[in-house]
Amino acid sequence: MKPALVILAAAVLALAGCGTDGGSGDGAITLVITANAISGGKNAESADWTKQWVIPRFEAAQKAKGRDVHVLFQPSGVDDEQYKTKIALDLKSRTGADVIDLDGIWVGEFAQAGYVKPLAEVAGPEADSWEGWGQIPTAVQGLGIFDGKRYALPQGTDGRVLYYNRKLFEKAGLPSDWRPASWQEILDAGAALKRAGVPIPIQVDAGTAMGEATTMQGALPLLAGAGAEIYANGKWTGASQALKDVLGFYRQIYTTGLGDPKLQQEAQGRDKSFARFAEGKIGILAEGDYFWRAVIEPKAGVAPMANRDADVGYALIPAARPGAGIRGQDAVSMSGGAVRVLNPFSKNPKPAWELLSFMHSAEATAAQLAGAARITSRTDVNDQVLGVDPMLKFVSDEVLPVTAYRPPLAVYPQVSVALQEATADVVSGTSVDEAAASYQRKLEAIVGASNVAR
Amino acid sequence: MSTDAAGLGRGRAVGFVLPALVLIGVFLVFPALWTIYLGLTDYRLTGLEAAEPRVVGLDNYTAALGDERFRGSLWLTAQYVLGSAVIGQAGLGFSIAWVLRDRRGPVKRVTEGLVLLAWILPSSVVAFLWIALLDRDEGTLNALLHTPGLAWLLDHPMPSIIVFNVWRGTAFSMMLYGAALANVPPSHLETARLAGASTFQQLRDVVVPRIKGHVLTNLLLISLWTFNDFSAFQITAGGPEGRSEILPIYIYNVALSGGRLGFGAAISFLVLIINLVVAFVYLRLLRTRREDARREVAAP
Repeated sequence: MKPALVILAAAVLALAGCGTDGGSGDGAITLVITANAISGGKNAESADWTKQWVIPRFEAAQKAKGRDVHVLFQPSGVDDEQYKTKIALDLKSRTGADVIDLDGIWVGEFAQAGYVKPLAEVAGPEADSWEGWGQIPTAVQGLGIFDGKRYALPQGTDGRVLYYNRKLFEKAGLPSDWRPASWQEILDAGAALKRAGVPIPIQVDAGTAMGEATTMQGALPLLAGAGAEIYANGKWTGASQALKDVLGFYRQIYTTGLGDPKLQQEAQGRDKSFARFAEGKIGILAEGDYFWRAVIEPKAGVAPMANRDADVGYALIPAARPGAGIRGQDAVSMSGGAVRVLNPFSKNPKPAWELLSFMHSAEATAAQLAGAARITSRTDVNDQVLGVDPMLKFVSDEVLPVTAYRPPLAVYPQVSVALQEATADVVSGTSVDEAAASYQRKLEAIVGASNVAR
Repeated sequence: MSTDAAGLGRGRAVGFVLPALVLIGVFLVFPALWTIYLGLTDYRLTGLEAAEPRVVGLDNYTAALGDERFRGSLWLTAQYVLGSAVIGQAGLGFSIAWVLRDRRGPVKRVTEGLVLLAWILPSSVVAFLWIALLDRDEGTLNALLHTPGLAWLLDHPMPSIIVFNVWRGTAFSMMLYGAALANVPPSHLETARLAGASTFQQLRDVVVPRIKGHVLTNLLLISLWTFNDFSAFQITAGGPEGRSEILPIYIYNVALSGGRLGFGAAISFLVLIINLVVAFVYLRLLRTRREDARREVAAP
């Protein structure tokens, strides 16, 4: 009886499998877009734009050309690491959406694994002759380039700043247009906030639970402020003095009550830090411009602040001391950005490219902004919208000139985890020297001892 | 004596068994062999090694055995199995079964119903309830105990998931022991009571010898289940900083989140071996017990 049942089940499964094919016989094709965005949740504006603007307009445009194309949006609203795993597994099994949203930093490892292919290889020569390339600055194009080939269309770039709550600053007797010039001034402001009874004076992401956020909002900008890049001249930065300075700064925040060490360990710590800031419980928060446009945005944010423009200030992240940053800078930042790729296993690569390039047209890019702050990839669009939002202008005018990018190498995510673990160590009380030594050991195991600079 | 009790003949018998064997081969034996092979490579989820994995021999195994995170995880798993399965579930399950053995009516039905409910609810729902219970900021437990801000899951991650798993899995032990206790002849217990035996003496000399086989079977099953249990992931995800990272979670974190599929496969194989050893020890104990019983029956 049992084998018979199992065979029956297998047969049903096999039949069900037949129903998932893309084409439905009458010439209609179905394209799928996926992103780590979901209406009412993470990156809601992007999800809404895809569903309400891109899909109807693209379908109508195709219909006008006499083609029957259906586009579906496959939403997702999880941590970036989980989303990455999901997409990697999709592509590994040669399935998945036709147009896929990725973090630019993943392009290298995905390309090496054969999960993504150069756009021209998937879509044909029209990908290289696309009108939009002329509008995208070279540095931003670099987000989608690996080994000199274009794998992805960049959506834009971003920058990191220090956000501060003006109301709490007023309570603590701090200036409402705060411009810290050194790490010490951040700590001093934190001490003043603490005296004024602010529960969490400073939040700089740390630990492994926050994932890449720890590296991007915390460890790397601080490292740049201490005068070092994580990867320079073909070598990775080991337990150098700059790295020890960074860990020392973390230690000062988290062992003197200026930050909340537990928040760094919680599984949903970053989301909680957003909520705490919006509730007025965090004084200073290091975050990207994503925080401004998608988290505390008064209408569509996940932790909206009704008086955002008046209550929230932003300042450049200072170097450890004036002039101590990379390239002798007084202030630093880190930038990355999301990209979109074509699935090389798509059954309809040409229509998929039409969809992808449509999503990156000037019209679509401007529609996605809908008045909100965002540095898009296209200069023609930026020229129109710059100045609408002072935060956007600040990032574009003052942050991007001092920013730096992560190395587009496949091994980078592992190095990033080693950095996160080093910050976790000092936050939970390990000494700076011990944490640095343990980081050095892990780094040597990952990239080889000869590729580590001390 | 005919060996063909069903009268099918060899051909038809093979025909009946073959589909099951094929399924076992495809879904059990092949993946197990594949895991062994993957464990010998540097296969990764992304990057160059995803496209062209190389055979690295026993490197993954030596790396695992030398890795303090793996050894730490093994130790946490031992705590988890001992604490939540062997002591927690089996102990609590037996206690409930013993207390309720002679009872009838609503008390018994309600208690059993509640214990069973914890077992049959979907794990994602249960995990969400426990996070709501233990949350640092808005948790129910902190509200009940008037201890605002106490981070149960961060300060005491292992006790938290052990208590969780006891709560979650006690039903099986309770039901198994309930059925086993029904097999203890009431006359034996009564005789013991008349002879002045205390409750402890009754348990030790009358009940335990009767249900020893059930105890061993129960411990075998719940140890293996708990050893491979992943539901704690939904509560702590192995955190904070790996302090509740039991082996199944460790494998997930290393293989899928960290992308080291080859290394993860090697660890999985080690876990398989540990499971086999555990099962072997229990089965040995069961067999010696049966032989003892047979000898007792055979003795005049």
